Amino acid sequence: MATAIEPVSRDRLSDRQRRRGRELLQGWGFAAPAIVLLAVFLVLPFILAIYSSFTDQRLVPNPNLPTKWVGWRNYSRLFEDEGFRSGLIFNGIFVLVVVPLQTAFALGLAVLVNKKLRFRNAFRTIYFAPVAVTMVVVAVMWTSFFNPSAGLVNSVLDTVSFGFLTPERFGFLNWALDRNGARAAIIILSIWQGVGFQMVIYLAGLQSIPESLYEAARIDGANPWQQFRHVTIPQLRNTTIFVVLSTTILAFALFDQVEIMTQGGPQDGTQTMILRLITFGFRQGQVGLGSALGVFYFVLVVVVAFTQRRLLKEERAVA
Amino acid sequence: MATTVAVGHAGEGVEGPRHSGWRRLQRPVTYSVMVLLAIFFVFPVVAMVVLSLQPDETQVIADQDSIWAFFPRALSLQNYEDVFGRDVGRAVFNSALITVVTVGLGLVVNSMCAYGLARLQWIGRNVVIGLVVALMIVPFQSVSVPLLLIVNRLGWLDTYHVQIIPFVANPFFIFLFYQSFIGLPKAIEEAALIDGAGRWTIYRRIVVPLSRPTFATVGILQALFVWGSFFWPLMVTRGPDVRPLPVAMQVLFSDPNVPLGDVFAFAAVMTLPVLALYLLFQKWFVQSVASQGLKG
Repeated sequence: MATAIEPVSRDRLSDRQRRRGRELLQGWGFAAPAIVLLAVFLVLPFILAIYSSFTDQRLVPNPNLPTKWVGWRNYSRLFEDEGFRSGLIFNGIFVLVVVPLQTAFALGLAVLVNKKLRFRNAFRTIYFAPVAVTMVVVAVMWTSFFNPSAGLVNSVLDTVSFGFLTPERFGFLNWALDRNGARAAIIILSIWQGVGFQMVIYLAGLQSIPESLYEAARIDGANPWQQFRHVTIPQLRNTTIFVVLSTTILAFALFDQVEIMTQGGPQDGTQTMILRLITFGFRQGQVGLGSALGVFYFVLVVVVAFTQRRLLKEERAVA
Repeated sequence: MATTVAVGHAGEGVEGPRHSGWRRLQRPVTYSVMVLLAIFFVFPVVAMVVLSLQPDETQVIADQDSIWAFFPRALSLQNYEDVFGRDVGRAVFNSALITVVTVGLGLVVNSMCAYGLARLQWIGRNVVIGLVVALMIVPFQSVSVPLLLIVNRLGWLDTYHVQIIPFVANPFFIFLFYQSFIGLPKAIEEAALIDGAGRWTIYRRIVVPLSRPTFATVGILQALFVWGSFFWPLMVTRGPDVRPLPVAMQVLFSDPNVPLGDVFAFAAVMTLPVLALYLLFQKWFVQSVASQGLKG
């Protein structure tokens, strides 16, 4: 049978080649539907966004006015637009308030529902439930709760403060009708809906911390607070990076709740970038200007995400 | 939950007697805080349901800022009847159809792509992996305006497919599947290959059944996203024919002639089915969100 070795090995080689050729086809075959869809509905519009941002492209083309190259004019018009600048401001405020507040709140909730207490699963279920409620519905419900004269929020505040906290005394308690009140209302309802999501991510993080670290800390005489500060927090650093990054990106995309509750008012106090995007690109049909906003938005998200990642990672290197 | 770590309890045994007063109080205080938080998270849903059962609109307005927002004084389905008279049935059908089709196609397309990337050697594979990772950071909003231009030229406005096809393939979901597939033991697949099974058979008969949790996870995430999607349908739907629930909700809510009771009934129609599914498949919901943390 020794003579049979030669043909078998040759066969094997060609077999491998054939297999490789087949894998090339199969590989593309498996990936093709997704690649085509991503190319047409993500890559193509992305390239088109960059291109149209330098033209005066309209949604409904005017045959008498062909689309022209306008250079950076859309970008300068963007920053001359009062609404867009207000949008940047409220987006900034929203990120600066919601990201730290919601992250801390989520961590607190995760620690609470991670305790060995009875009904802990019931509490987890309840705290996470708002995530299953569509944001548009959340905004509609909270809009009626924040009604200044007939809303649940003011009636609770009025009762617990024995009539001290009233819209007459504090302007922001007019909520959606007041600049700062509207901002506060949107921040509160956004945290209400979003915090359960981050809580679950933190909970997964907490459960991955080895118990031995806490035992070691206890032997060293660390009290619960010190254990939290020097074991839990450092061990959760990667989770925190993820939570902070994802909350920030979602905060920049702020749209649904504002569109329902205030449409950017009063006096542009709750204006956002995406609200302007839909106004330019859709309601006014200015594809060029809308695309410029889209490109700016993309660059902003990427820069902020990478900066945050960098900062949070460096902090780890120092600590 | 065997791996649970009780952070708050970790100090037991170290604290001296001076803490014993606090320790006796710790439990009731913790429970009180947790109950207050539970009220905070649950009251809007309770109020929504209770007020939606009140047929008398003046009573809805009178009750909505009182304790009666939480205890039903009437149990009538009048508002629900009104709301279904306003074409809500159509919107429920539209949203359900769009969600089911998008998620169904998405699970197949994204997992197939991930399988090709995870298990087959082909020219261009590494480029595609790089592209998928890079595309994860492109927010949909930034490409929405040119996409609107494209679908407008294609004559896709006011259709179902304009709300479905662009959202089937998703780089993040491909990535989640990819991570799950490279973790599967290779031996079973290799054995099947030797037995002469084709790649498609291996994918369908081995990879898919072994990855059920990932499919559940991705399906839930995508379904929540599509069901609640508002920004894109607002731009591409005009009439009630293909309008999904969130847009229908906005139309109803911004109409000053629509009674508040109807708005609450509509909100309940949108929310209760999802909450019911959440309570039934809680484990999967939570896992779907927790798995997002893998991304970091």
